[in-house]
Amino acid sequence: MTLTAQNLSLTIDGTPHLAGVDIALARGGLYTVLGRTLAGKTTLLRVIAGLQPVDEGLLTLDGRDYRALPVWKRSVAMVYQQFINYPHLDVLANVAFPLRRLGVGAAEAQRRARETLARVGLQAFENRRPSQLSGGQQQRVALARALVKNADLLLLDEPLVNLDYKLREQLREEFRSLLAEQAHSIVVYTTTDPTEAMLLGRTISVMHEGRILQVGSPAAVFDRPADIRVAGIINDPPMNLLDGIIADGAIRLAGDIRLALPRHMAEIAPGSYRFGLRAIDAGLRADAVAMRVELAEISGSETLLHVAGGCGRLVLQIEGVHGYAIGDRVGVALPSERMFVFGQDGRLLRAPHSDDRRS
Amino acid sequence: MRTLYLLFKYAAILLWSGFVVGPFLWALSTSFKTANGVMGGPTYIPWLQYQPSLEGWRVLVRTDGTGIDIVGPYLSSIVVTFSASAISLILGTLAAYGLSRFTYRWGFVKTSDITFFFISQRIMPPIVLAIPFFLMLRFLGLLDTIAGLILVYIALLLPIAVWVMVDFFNNVPKQIDEMAMIDGCTPIQTFLRVILPNSLPGLVVAGLFCIIFGWNDFFFAFTMTFTKTQLLPVAVVALNSSVTPWWSLSASALVSVVPLVIVAFLVERFLSRGNLAGAVR
Repeated sequence: MTLTAQNLSLTIDGTPHLAGVDIALARGGLYTVLGRTLAGKTTLLRVIAGLQPVDEGLLTLDGRDYRALPVWKRSVAMVYQQFINYPHLDVLANVAFPLRRLGVGAAEAQRRARETLARVGLQAFENRRPSQLSGGQQQRVALARALVKNADLLLLDEPLVNLDYKLREQLREEFRSLLAEQAHSIVVYTTTDPTEAMLLGRTISVMHEGRILQVGSPAAVFDRPADIRVAGIINDPPMNLLDGIIADGAIRLAGDIRLALPRHMAEIAPGSYRFGLRAIDAGLRADAVAMRVELAEISGSETLLHVAGGCGRLVLQIEGVHGYAIGDRVGVALPSERMFVFGQDGRLLRAPHSDDRRS
Repeated sequence: MRTLYLLFKYAAILLWSGFVVGPFLWALSTSFKTANGVMGGPTYIPWLQYQPSLEGWRVLVRTDGTGIDIVGPYLSSIVVTFSASAISLILGTLAAYGLSRFTYRWGFVKTSDITFFFISQRIMPPIVLAIPFFLMLRFLGLLDTIAGLILVYIALLLPIAVWVMVDFFNNVPKQIDEMAMIDGCTPIQTFLRVILPNSLPGLVVAGLFCIIFGWNDFFFAFTMTFTKTQLLPVAVVALNSSVTPWWSLSASALVSVVPLVIVAFLVERFLSRGNLAGAVR
């Protein structure tokens, strides 16, 4: 079973939501679509589900036109960003609902609904109304309702985004093992969180302004982002970008900063480039480039240090909680062997060897 | 602090109850009076202040020409009000769902214009509609009939049902419809199995409005009937002669409020149970 989309395009009120999307999804595949808000992720899922007609483009399932099939005849299940369940039905009836619509008998539907509720850990709540459950439990009910009918297409639209941090991590793990069991389905999961996308997906599609910029395994996309936009989306915080030139066997950045030319850039012709450096790869070293602290954000057990200097602005991700005052002067290490090189058009030219980091 | 709050609360409830119940008690006491009892200054307590009499009530069921027979108009009113309300509620709910969920365009007329068209029927003063309604009923041969009155009342009540239900459906998240279709419901199944069961509070409010407006209407009950058919409000007013019979007017007023009280008690528990909470967070 293969779902193929060619050149899907949709413009609503002059705003392009999809701009020529091509995808090929196969049974058993676990696809995450990573992109910022308004990248067109939800629209793409709605088009696949049949809730949203497109201006142009083809959508085929196993070579047959899928566009003409109305939503209710498609074998599709969906979990929304908002926790959507039927308010007038109890949890068991909610989960049994899609089966009943497929013509499964009441007793059999209840049995399978109970089984699925057990998989999401809600067997004790089958007589509650959705409104009597917490947010995480409501989303588990929604997931159970999506899993129960074993649809060909299982679509999840940022299902964890409305949960608090702790619950999000917990449900991410639960979703990971539950989705991995869906070997007979095509699973598509959208998210704005790179960690989530890489953790859950076997294939990541990076989406931006209605286009798919890059498709690949999590490692491939993370280690070799196709261009500057992907590098920004796949890294959290986004990858730092510095303008500079390669000349005389060295990298020169603005502010009279000179860095040694690393091995992976050896074959690049001299000229102007943009250099990318992940926040986690930039470090603090007293004797390195002097910069001024603009902001210190503490997130969990890490500190995100925003600094500015002659070469531009950077964000550093430092282990531990550090208190910095705005205006403090710090030394910032810019390891050139960890830098990505992008051309002036934004395309990736060279990536650091992924092994270097681990050594 | 809590005691003070409770004290204040019950005092407010008591005060409001006085406002609501007071006129009914007054009417009740008046209905047992005779002409002398009414004209002889303010009196309230039977036997002590005036001699009670059942004359006011007897008039309502007297058929010998000295009173009126209220039973016929009473039944007509029930038939007209409840059937017109039921039909308006069914048609209005279907129309409202369409207006809330789909986009229509007919030249420069858009969905919101159609919704306003429904509501605008209630902005017009009824007198403007009386003449066209009269001519239409005459053309159909339905003047002075129950069927004709039902048609007129549907025209009056449908806008109310549409108005209430459009507003209600607009507050039901569209994702619930989409979810139902993804779960295998055709559009009509989505409406019947998912949207309608969740719309009980809205249906109750719309139905209640229809029944109240229909039951209390005097104008069309008066203008569309002559002799064969008579509705309750007209029959009550017909009691008036050279002397206003306060006693029988009071009795008929009390009798005519009974169906509304019954309906209110029947639907009260649905009104307080808004269960859409938890559909979407």
